[in-house]
Amino acid sequence: MSILITGATLPDGTTTDLLVDGGVIAETGSNLSSNGATVIDAAGLTALPGLVDLHTHLREPGFEQSETVLTGSRAAAIGGFTSVFAMANTSPVSDTAGVVEQVASLGAEHGYVTVRPIGAVTVGLKGQMLSEIGAMAGSRAGVRVFSDDGICVSDPLLMRRALEYVKTFDGVIAQHAQDPRLTEGAQMNEGALSSELGLAGWPAVAEESIIARDVLLAQHVGARLHICHLSTAGSVDVIRWAKARGIAVTAEVTPHHLLLTEQLVRGYDSRYKVNPPLRREEDVLALREALADGTIDIVATDHAPHPLEAKECAWDEAANGMVGLESALSVVQASVVDTGYLSFADVARVLSSKPAEIGRLAGYASAFAVGDHANFTLYDPAVSREFSVEQLHGKSVNSPYLERTLPGQVVATIHNGYATVLDGELVDAADVAAAAGAARG
Amino acid sequence: MRHLLSTKDLSRAEAVAILDVAEDMADVAGREIKKLPALRGKTVVNLFFEDSTRTRISFEAAAKRLSADVINFSAKGSSVSKGESLKDTAQTLAAMGADAVVVRHQASGAPSVLAQSGWIDAGIVNAGDGTHEHPTQALLDAFTIRRRLHGASARGRDLDGVTVTIVGDILHSRVARSNVWLLSTLGAHVTFVAPATLVPIGIGDWPVTVGYDLDAAIAAKPDVVMMLRIQGERMNAAFFPTAREYARQWGLDDERLAKLPASSLVMHPGPMNRGLEISAKAADSAQSTVLEQVANGVSIRMAVLYLLLSGTTGEM
Repeated sequence: MSILITGATLPDGTTTDLLVDGGVIAETGSNLSSNGATVIDAAGLTALPGLVDLHTHLREPGFEQSETVLTGSRAAAIGGFTSVFAMANTSPVSDTAGVVEQVASLGAEHGYVTVRPIGAVTVGLKGQMLSEIGAMAGSRAGVRVFSDDGICVSDPLLMRRALEYVKTFDGVIAQHAQDPRLTEGAQMNEGALSSELGLAGWPAVAEESIIARDVLLAQHVGARLHICHLSTAGSVDVIRWAKARGIAVTAEVTPHHLLLTEQLVRGYDSRYKVNPPLRREEDVLALREALADGTIDIVATDHAPHPLEAKECAWDEAANGMVGLESALSVVQASVVDTGYLSFADVARVLSSKPAEIGRLAGYASAFAVGDHANFTLYDPAVSREFSVEQLHGKSVNSPYLERTLPGQVVATIHNGYATVLDGELVDAADVAAAAGAARG
Repeated sequence: MRHLLSTKDLSRAEAVAILDVAEDMADVAGREIKKLPALRGKTVVNLFFEDSTRTRISFEAAAKRLSADVINFSAKGSSVSKGESLKDTAQTLAAMGADAVVVRHQASGAPSVLAQSGWIDAGIVNAGDGTHEHPTQALLDAFTIRRRLHGASARGRDLDGVTVTIVGDILHSRVARSNVWLLSTLGAHVTFVAPATLVPIGIGDWPVTVGYDLDAAIAAKPDVVMMLRIQGERMNAAFFPTAREYARQWGLDDERLAKLPASSLVMHPGPMNRGLEISAKAADSAQSTVLEQVANGVSIRMAVLYLLLSGTTGEM
C-alpha cells in the first residue's frame, strides 16, 4: 500500500510531496506521480514527524474501566502520535518481563501506535526492592525507560542503586519528583490560593528538593536521569544548573503545565486536579522559557484517564490526572507556538526526535528524507475548534479543555507507512490491525 | 440569596442585611411561643458528613422555629458510610424534594461542588467544609460583636474600626477564614496571632495583620479576642512541641485575661479546651460571649434559611 502526500509543509517551512511505500518515505519532491497510491492533499497542512509520548498511562492490564491499550492507542493516533511509552502503574504492575511483553504485543496487534512499555523501578511500585530491570530490558518489549511514576523513588540509596543499575542496559530512570513527607494529603499548589481555599498545599520545594538530590546522584554515579512532568520555576533553575555542569539529565513538561494555572482550582472542579498540581502564572512562563531554551527537553502528556465517578465528587476525594493525548498538539500550539516560544521545527524536536532519543526508540532521529520510517502526522494549524467530548477517543473524558477553543487539528496520521487517521477521523480498528499485520510481514 | 457558600462573596450591605434579619429572629426567641410560620411546607435537610452535634442542632432549631420540616442525614451509619457518592446522596435528596441542604463536609469545597453540580436544585448552606469556610459561624460572631457593642441600636450598623484578634490554629481553621473576610468587609481590623507553623502560607494579600506574640497583641487592647480550638493531633504533626508550651505561649490564661481591658470581648466558637487555649476563668468571665454565640447562632441560621427559602433572589 502506498500513499502520496501532496504539497505538505515540512517543519523547516519547505513544501514537498511525500511518497510513502513499504513503510518508508520512498520519494520526495514536487509533482510526484500518484501511480495508484492513495492521495492526500496536504496543501496548507504542516507535516510533523510522528509524535512520541514518553509519558502515557494506558491502564491495561488492571484498570480497563479507564483505558485499554486499544482505546489509548486510538486517542494517541488522533492526537498525531505514532509511539507512546506506557507507564508501569498497571495491575499487576509492569515490573516483570511477562507484563511488559503483554502490553507491547497488545500495542503491536492493534497497530495504531508503537507501544513501548515502561518498567517499574521497584517491585510493585513499593519503593523497597529493585524490579527485574534486566529481564525487562532483555525481553521482547526491550524496555529502556524505568519509572515508578505516580510515586517518587524517595529512598536516596534505592535511587542511587537504580540509577547505577540501569546503566548496565543503557536505560534511564524517569523520576516522579515528589517528596512524600512534604506532600502528605496535598491537594493543590501551596501558596496564597491553597490557603484561601483551605486545600492542603503541595509545595514547590517538594519537587525541587528531589530533583536537586537526584541530579547530584546522577552526577556521582555517571548515570542518565529523566525528570517527569517538571512543574515549577525553581525546578527549571535546578535543571539549568545541572545541565551547565554537564550532568546527563533530561526533563519533560506536560501540555497542561504550559497552559493552565492554579487559578482554575478556585471552583473546586476536579477536572483540574492533577499531580503535580497546576502552578502559578510565573511557573507557567518559566516552563515555556525553559522549553524554548532547551533546559526542558521534551513535552510529554501524562495522559491519565479516569472513570467519571473518580472525578464526580469533592475535590479531596477526586483522582489526580487529566487525559491529554488528543489535545496535546493543540495545547502546545496555543501555549508555545502561537505565543512565539517555539517553531514547528522545535515542536518536531520536543514531541518526536528528542523523546525517542531519551527512550532509545529507533527510527525517529530523522524524518521526511528518502528511506526514513514513514511515521508522521499532517496537522492544520490554521483552524480552531471548540474542544468537546466528541474530540476524545479514549475511554475517559476527564479533559480540562472541554468547552475551550483550541487551535489546530490533526488531519492524518501515518504509522509505519499506513494510515491510522484520515480526514481527521480514526481509520477503522480492523483495517489498522490488518495494515499493522501486513507491515510486520 | 441562592446559596451561602463563603463569606468572601458577601458585600457589606448584604452582610448587614443578614445581621438585621437575625435581629428580628432574635426577637422571636424572646417570645413565649418561639415559632414563626415563615417556612411552612419547606424541607430543610441537614446533611452532615462529619460529626458536629452543636452545629447540627443549631440549624435544626433554626429551621424548626421557622416551621420548616427538618430531615437529619448523618453520614455515619448511612448509605454514605457504605460508599455512596456525594452525587448519589445529592440526587437522592433532590428526589425527596429538599428545598435547602445544610451541608457539613470534611472536604473543602464540597458545598461549592454541590451548588454547581446540577445534581440538586436546592439552596446550599455551607455548615463547615474542611479547612475552607464556616460562614454562619462568622455571621454569628459578627452578630455577637455588634450586639455587645451597640445593644438595642445595633440594627443597620457595621463594625467600622473594631479591632479583632484571632488566636490559634489559623492554618486549619474554617472559622478564621470566614471571619477574616466577613469582619474586614464589615470594617473591622483583624489580627492573627499564632505560632508560625499555624499561619497559612502566602497570606500577605489578606486583609489581616499577622503576629506571633499574644502578649503584644493583648497590650494593643483589642476590642475582641477570639480563641480558636487547638487540636491535640497537631502536636504529633510537629506544629508545636507540647500542649504545655502552646498554652504558655498562646493560651488566654488568667494573667493575660487580667491585662485585657474589661471592655474587651472574649470569644470562642466552641467546643473549648479549658486549660489549653483558654482558662476556665476566661471562659466563664463576664467578658466571655461563648454562650451568647450559641444563642445567636440559632438567630443567624434562622435568618440565613429565611433569606434562602422565602423567595428573595440574588446569590450571596
